[in-house]
Amino acid sequence: MAAALINVPKRAKAGEIIEIKTLMSHIMETGYRRTATGEVIPRDIITSFSCRYNGVEIFHAYLFPAIAANPFITFFTVATESGKFDFEWIGDEGFSETASASIAVE
Amino acid sequence: MHDQATRRQFLGLAGGAAALGAVPAVTLRPAEATPAMLAAAIRNVVGGAVVRTGKVKLDVPPLVENGNTVPMTVSVASPMTADDHVKSIHVFNEKNPQPNIGNFRLGPRSGRAQISTRIRLADTQKIVAIAQLSDGSFWSASVDVVVTLAACTEEVL
Repeated sequence: MAAALINVPKRAKAGEIIEIKTLMSHIMETGYRRTATGEVIPRDIITSFSCRYNGVEIFHAYLFPAIAANPFITFFTVATESGKFDFEWIGDEGFSETASASIAVE
Repeated sequence: MHDQATRRQFLGLAGGAAALGAVPAVTLRPAEATPAMLAAAIRNVVGGAVVRTGKVKLDVPPLVENGNTVPMTVSVASPMTADDHVKSIHVFNEKNPQPNIGNFRLGPRSGRAQISTRIRLADTQKIVAIAQLSDGSFWSASVDVVVTLAACTEEVL
């Protein structure tokens, strides 16, 4: 259902600063909107996004309803060694998604 | 006599209601962060520390047509070494229903202290970004944004 888009360079030089772009498809319902009949639509957002590089956490974001739908987050890291990036999104209503990307460092 | 008392009570109540009425759209938007909530949210993060202006750069378009998705970039001037790096970036707003937008944890492995995302803005307001450095100091930047179409206000059919 949910789909992640990840953009990580396939290869990088050791010590190079690389940009990582991530997008998770999610409605990010704020909990402040109402239906036409006046009922509050319950909050349903992603609250946590983290990125691990070969098992070590390098970035963590805590999100609030003020983050737009389909959270798009970009950040940077230093390419230290070849390996894998693991991304994890956790949210309301038991939402949990993971994705991964690999990188070759010369 | 008794009648007069109730009339006075009634007038008192009516006066109070009129004073409340001076704050527009209270019933339409029950939850709205206030500058006091913004200050409280910032205090939650920084504690009693002094927040200085500088080092942080907050990029948000000054005029936003659609508050539902506003691109935002926060960058901090820092060498991002083990001894001198940005530990976290916190973004706040003044008039959304909640004062927080997002908290981002970084470290020396980030290489560059810069994050981008897309945010929602419910009104024309001020946005504040605060960075915590590894030496424990806090630095901030703020930007005023004019929003023509607000987020959060539309009904779902």
